[in-house]
This record gives sequence, structure tokens and C-alpha cells, in this order.
Amino acid sequence: MSVLLFTALVLIGSFIAGFLGSLTGLGGGVVIVPLLALAFHVDMRYAIGASLVSVIATSSGAASAYVREGFSNMRIGMFLEVATTIGAIAGALIAAHVSTSTIAVVFGFVLIYSAYLSIRPQPAYPVNDPQDALARFLHLDSSYPTSQGEQHYTVHRIPLGFGLMFGAGTLSGLLGIGSGAVKVLAMDQAMRIPFKVSTTTSNFMIGVTAAASAGVYLARGYIDPGIAMPVVLGALAGSMLGARVLVNARTKSLRLVFGAVIVILGIEMIFNGFTGRI
Amino acid sequence: MNSTSRNSPQPQWNDHRIELIIGTLLRAGVLLSASVVLLGGILYLVRNGHAIATYSTFHGDLSPLRNLSGIAHGVLQLSGRAIVQFGLLLLIATPVARVIFSAIAFALERDYRYVVLTLVVLAILVCSFLNSIFGSRLI
Repeated sequence: MSVLLFTALVLIGSFIAGFLGSLTGLGGGVVIVPLLALAFHVDMRYAIGASLVSVIATSSGAASAYVREGFSNMRIGMFLEVATTIGAIAGALIAAHVSTSTIAVVFGFVLIYSAYLSIRPQPAYPVNDPQDALARFLHLDSSYPTSQGEQHYTVHRIPLGFGLMFGAGTLSGLLGIGSGAVKVLAMDQAMRIPFKVSTTTSNFMIGVTAAASAGVYLARGYIDPGIAMPVVLGALAGSMLGARVLVNARTKSLRLVFGAVIVILGIEMIFNGFTGRI
Repeated sequence: MNSTSRNSPQPQWNDHRIELIIGTLLRAGVLLSASVVLLGGILYLVRNGHAIATYSTFHGDLSPLRNLSGIAHGVLQLSGRAIVQFGLLLLIATPVARVIFSAIAFALERDYRYVVLTLVVLAILVCSFLNSIFGSRLI
């Protein structure tokens, strides 16, 4: 395949991945690595390198839209970034020492888990919880706008959330994805932060987490300009378009379809990993 | 309410205003880096578009574009690949700039606990770039 054709096809694929990723809230990174590895037979290391830089582009691009709504909490973000950035460096170092087949298998399981999280109903929590002493010390409690005015919330189980965030960072560094699903799990399930606040703050954190592993990837040659260029430009354009149409779109059935695609890709990654084809 | 403790003594510096500035900063960083990537990409495709794409085997460990001096050297020679890599470097630097700005913003809000936390995150980020800055394997 010529460089021109390869670039054009990867650009189109990444555009679709970025578009669907932003519409469904799953992020484009989860499909870009399987796309490159399974459809274009790109080496896993190049695939995760390109995906990781595209994750920085899409999350930073989306952040400017999110902050205007006033849901994100930059203190929660910064505090948890201590955990995700250390995890990200650890993950990137692990990636250099395990086989690409192992990475493919782990990737497959994370894909299936992300799909499950995307179709799971959003849990609701009691709003008048007692305060957590550590949350008060760290100034984490805040409020967010709702249709009934400002809604106050308190943050809980901070050590558990911090630990899960370290895990999210490690997966991000190992697999070249934003691991938004695990980040939301830590904030939403463990720390009981309202869903809107979790998703927007998680988006904020993805860029910094990815930058931490990108430093390691760059030095190891995982970031190749020939692959990263169409992936970044395609995913960025796709996610910006996705954010535009998100307001009017009925996303429930789309999430189901995209979730099914992710499960299939996950199974294929696991199969190819076990048989040593990746 | 804790809004009195959240807001700074100087009312012009509050969390929401800082977040808006950060949002603009991120957007500008992404647009700038995407433009550089696009420019380098066009140069690369015009010159190398008909070459054969070989990405199924990994040889990135030999790439000269793994550290800052290699990228700078390539950019000065107007290599398309090096210009793309420079754009990607700007992209990676965008969240780092956000962290630096956050440290300043927390200082203006006089939330020194968060100034320290933010500097810890910045130190971790700097560590991850040590290899690329010095061109040798430190971590």
C-alpha cells in the first residue's frame, strides 16, 4: 500500500472513530488501536503511540466546550492527576517490557469492559451525605448547575478513588487510550461524584495523563509521524463534528451499536493476541 | 456554603474564570499543533506519497525523531516528518501548559495546598520527558 493511500484510509477511519467516540462518550482511542492493528496490520507499538496523541487532541479540544457548562471540578482533577500520571508512566514502562500479544489481550478485555459500562444505567446517589474529612481538607466538595439551581455534592472514599485512578493511568500508558471508562468508574462509583461532574472532569484529566505516557512513548520511538498525522487530524475533526451534533442526537441506540462493535473488536483483539498474530 | 472558602480574596480570580481561560488555552494549543501537523503532513505526502507504507514491523527504536534535538534538526532541514513530529510535540505540551497555568491560578487564588499538588503533577510530567530532552535512557 502506498503512503498516500494508507494516510487517506487511516484518516477516514480515525474520523469515524473520533465522531462515534464523541457521540457515545466512549472516546475514539478505544477503536483506533484495533483499527490500526487489525485492519492495517500496524505494529501495536506504533498503534498505541498514534492513538495516545490523538487522545490528547480530542480531550483538549472537547475541554473548552465542557468548561463553559461549569460541571468540571479542577481540584478533583488535579488531585487525581497525581495518581493517573504516576500510573501512566508505570504503564508506558510496562508496555516496553511485555509482548505486543499480551498488550492485545489486555486491550481486548478493557474494550469489552468499556462496552459494558457504556450500556449500564447511571446510578443515582443520595445528595445529603455526611462530609468526608479528607475531602474537606482537600477542598474537593463543590456544586454544579442543574435545572433546579446549584446542586451541592460531597466526595467520598478518596483513597479507593485514588487507587483506581492509578490503575486508570496504568491502562492509559499501557494501551494508549484515555481510559475514560475506568476514570468515570473511579469517580462515579467509588467517590460518588455526580455523573456530569465525573465525565467532564475525567475528560480534563485525560490530556495530562496521556502527556505523561507520551513522554516515555516519544523516547522509545512509538510515536511515528507518518501514522500519528492522519490519526490525530482524523480523530480531532471527527470528535469536533460529533460534539456539534451531540445536542440533537438520540444516542441510546447509537451507544448500543457502538458498544456491540467494541465487543466484537475486543474478542478479535483477545483472539489475535492469544494466537500470537498481533 | 463553602463558596466563601472556594472563592479567592480577590473576586476576579474564581474557579470558573480559571477554567474558562484553561479551556481557551487548550483549544489554542490544539489548533496550533493541528495546523503544524497538517503543514508537515502535506510536505511529507507531496514528497513521499508514492513510497510504500511499512508499519507492520517496528523500527521506531532507530528513529531520529525520538528526542528534541533530533526533531529540531529535522525541522531546520524542512523535513515533513520532523515538522509533523514537532506539531505532535506541541500537542503533547498543551496539557503540560495547562498544568503550569493551573499552578499560577491556584497561587492567585491563594490555595497553596493546590499549588503544591499541581507542582507535584508538573514534576511527574517533567520526569516522563527526561529521556526525550536529554536523548538518553534515564527512566
